[in-house]
Amino acid sequence: MPTVSMTVNGKAVSREVEPRTLLVQFLREHLGLTGTHVGCDTSQCGACVVHVDGRSVKSCTMLAVQADGRVVTTIEGMAAADGTLHPIQAAFRENHGLQCGFCTPGMVMSVADLLKNNPSPTEREVREWLEGNICRCTGYHNIVKAVLAAAEALRGAPAHAAE
Amino acid sequence: MLSDGIGAPLRRKEDRRFLTGKGHYTDDINRPGQTYAYFLRSPHAHARIRGIDKTAAEAAPGVLAVLTGEDLAADGIGGLICGWMIHSKDGSPMKAGPHPALAQGKVRYVGDHVAVVIAETLNQAKDAAELIEVDYEVLPAVVSTAEARTSPVRVHDDIPANTVFEWELGNKAETEAAFSRAHHVTRIDLVNNRLIPNAIEPRAAVGEYDSGMDTFTLYTTSQNPHVARLVLSAFVGLAPEHKLRVIAPDVGGGFGSKIFIYAEETVCAWAAKKVGRPVKWTAERSEAFLADAHGRDHVTHAELALDQDGRILGMRVHTTANLGAYLSTFSSCVPTYLYAPLLSGQYAIPAIYAEVDGVYTNTAPVDAYRGAGRPEATYVVERLVETAARELGMDPAELRRRNFIRPDQYPYQTPVIMTYDCGNYEASLSEALRLVDYENYPRRKAESEARGRLRGIGFSCYIEACGLAPSAAVGSLGAGVGLWESAKIRFNPTGNVLVYTGSHSHGQGHETTFAQLIASQLGVPTEQVEVIHGDTEKTPFGMGTYGSRSLAVGGSALYKAAEKIIAKGRKIAAHLMEAAEADIEFKDGKFTVAGTDRSKTIQEIAFAAYVPHNFPAGVEPGLEESAFYDPLNFTFPAGCQICEVEVDPDTGVVEIVNFVAVDDFGKIINPMIVEGQVHGGIAQGIGQALLENCVYDPESGQLLTGSFMDYSMPRAHDLPSFKVGMTITENPSNPLGVKGCGEAGAIAAPAAVMNAVTDAIGVNDLQMPASPERVWQALQRGRMAQAAE
Repeated sequence: MPTVSMTVNGKAVSREVEPRTLLVQFLREHLGLTGTHVGCDTSQCGACVVHVDGRSVKSCTMLAVQADGRVVTTIEGMAAADGTLHPIQAAFRENHGLQCGFCTPGMVMSVADLLKNNPSPTEREVREWLEGNICRCTGYHNIVKAVLAAAEALRGAPAHAAE
Repeated sequence: MLSDGIGAPLRRKEDRRFLTGKGHYTDDINRPGQTYAYFLRSPHAHARIRGIDKTAAEAAPGVLAVLTGEDLAADGIGGLICGWMIHSKDGSPMKAGPHPALAQGKVRYVGDHVAVVIAETLNQAKDAAELIEVDYEVLPAVVSTAEARTSPVRVHDDIPANTVFEWELGNKAETEAAFSRAHHVTRIDLVNNRLIPNAIEPRAAVGEYDSGMDTFTLYTTSQNPHVARLVLSAFVGLAPEHKLRVIAPDVGGGFGSKIFIYAEETVCAWAAKKVGRPVKWTAERSEAFLADAHGRDHVTHAELALDQDGRILGMRVHTTANLGAYLSTFSSCVPTYLYAPLLSGQYAIPAIYAEVDGVYTNTAPVDAYRGAGRPEATYVVERLVETAARELGMDPAELRRRNFIRPDQYPYQTPVIMTYDCGNYEASLSEALRLVDYENYPRRKAESEARGRLRGIGFSCYIEACGLAPSAAVGSLGAGVGLWESAKIRFNPTGNVLVYTGSHSHGQGHETTFAQLIASQLGVPTEQVEVIHGDTEKTPFGMGTYGSRSLAVGGSALYKAAEKIIAKGRKIAAHLMEAAEADIEFKDGKFTVAGTDRSKTIQEIAFAAYVPHNFPAGVEPGLEESAFYDPLNFTFPAGCQICEVEVDPDTGVVEIVNFVAVDDFGKIINPMIVEGQVHGGIAQGIGQALLENCVYDPESGQLLTGSFMDYSMPRAHDLPSFKVGMTITENPSNPLGVKGCGEAGAIAAPAAVMNAVTDAIGVNDLQMPASPERVWQALQRGRMAQAAE
């Protein structure tokens, strides 16, 4: 079995895995990082979004071996070490942008990528970007509100970049 | 009042764990020695099983067991049940075919459970499943709702015409008489499209058996763990109730689909004992599409009789309801008692008669999905009323006003069972008209037309019966259970509080709302209140969460338990302060001797209760109380949605450009959470109206919409932001004055959207979902009809 090594949430990890292991399986089953969820089998729902080298990726659609040597951030790596929520997490809470919480980690990770590249999105741009993240609870209304609020918060605090 | 108590938009207590990836969903749970289950499912819609050869699969690497329906039968494990008996109009009981957790003799839909492989790894289980040889005799299938009764195919060999029941409600003779007096009759044919619930968390289960204790533990994605335990014990025969613990931890959305007791969790628990190891199963999304209970699927003809002033005289409705291949847990009550009793809507209708035929088809079971029967009823009523207004040349708001039940008519007895206890429909309509800016609608329509777009406006004035439900009432209608709820409040010696509820939160925010309720009533800060739910060993027996019942029924149980806490605290306080019990007042967390400044906090009383060195005689130590609450009536949330759309006549694409919802949910505990529930419901309703449709191939019975690539889920860019308003009439039937808010959005929205689209295109004959193709074709039909005139 091949060994894969990568940096996950700032920590170097190394495991032997079957070659067919998906990145999401590696995170959930080998590292116990169960914050990244699986909601479909066709790369549609976005519950599994993580960052690989700073870009949002559906971790159900990437093999663990493809992430060898790369830097991965999951939802568990977003809050500060002292527990302070990332501004995107805080905005989701403040604006009730989550209900059951299952799509939420993928949403937050996806939004972090959006706001890194587009710090001042319009409502339309937010809605277009979230095409790859399905939420069944919120009707997206409060998610969109949360993203716009997070964008504003992040613009006001440039030191705390989207990642 | 506390700043975070009743009425405050308190930010949710559960959010931190969800936002930081620290939730505990069923698939996050792994037990030592765990094995994996994989279900072999039927590739055929209808087939006889002539034999199953599992030799090769059993010999495959890592396989512990390959189990089939024969093994279930040999162990005396019974079939899955439907818990609501419906009687046909001739008095005969509904015809329920057998529903084994693994097929016995026949498979009846694509995705039906044929066998399960238990293996060391999931991949080994999947690989072995491919080695199972099933000898199928493929039979013709029937999937169409409309054709189920006339098809020569029999889904269950001994059930003629695939008819589960032929049910009726209302007074036929009075309704016929009303129609004979009518000045105008509006007729409409409607399809309420079949939906697939698609909570984003797939269903999952981990079954575990402790041979030393002879106990089972089942972790499962359930909205009602006690009901699951009851069914698995009393009917399936898995284990006695006291030997089975069901835990529903964080659950990622339900929308009804996680109420039911399914084959997979049954098999995981049973198989755990057989292989002597924990057994885990997590649905793939494709399995969720195939085998989660679907929703809706009605074919309806409805008629409305009106007099010359636009007053409604009567309504008659005939519906065929597709129940799928097996009767799921509550399937039979959805198109009957959760449907026809709502056909009076918000209107004073003297006579109503409804007939509903429930039918079997070779499709997945159909059961409650957000709204469950009430969206179907609202769709019938509100499309009829809007159509009538158009035919009579009346403003649709005015026709509704003319027929509203007035605030001075409560309690109002409808001709179809329900007694509405309060409401003010004019108030919610007026507020919705204000929010949508109805006055300037003609200007907006002209602007759209100038841009080559067709603009339409549609109304939906809904009512629902929720807060399910008075036990005696539902028992008289055939329910196999009572629908009360339970609560327990435990003060700890240090003054913080554990609140146990028999209801279950899977996104609704109970941990926050119930904490606010208790904080307000007992005067304890919300951060010192912890709400516990979802574990049959921790919480008192409860009926779970569906039918917008948690606050109205579960919250009322909590209220009663808190009243008992206060009553006991008063006795202790009186003793400690050497006063008469009658002189003790309780307010804002303090027991005070009336007219003095002598007081004790509830935390001091709690401490004294656990360290009872100085304690009133005859009072038990401790401060912990339970309560059960059986509601006096259903609750009747009601309101008005108005939708404005623009249609591109060249493409048929519909855009929602203005969407208003005004709801009367009674007293509001947390307005932020309530608005969130409304948003989510509206999105599901818009999804039904414009996007979502479950399609089976009529010949083969294959599911054609079996993935997120084929089934159109509402995405962020499909939806607008919503304008949400509230009007309030406090509910007189429960101590909190609340009604329930979980389903309203999904109940009202389909009619509002379809009324708007049909208004825009000037063609009323249009079924959901109003896809661009269907809208474009309707436009062409309209043009041809115009040309022919």
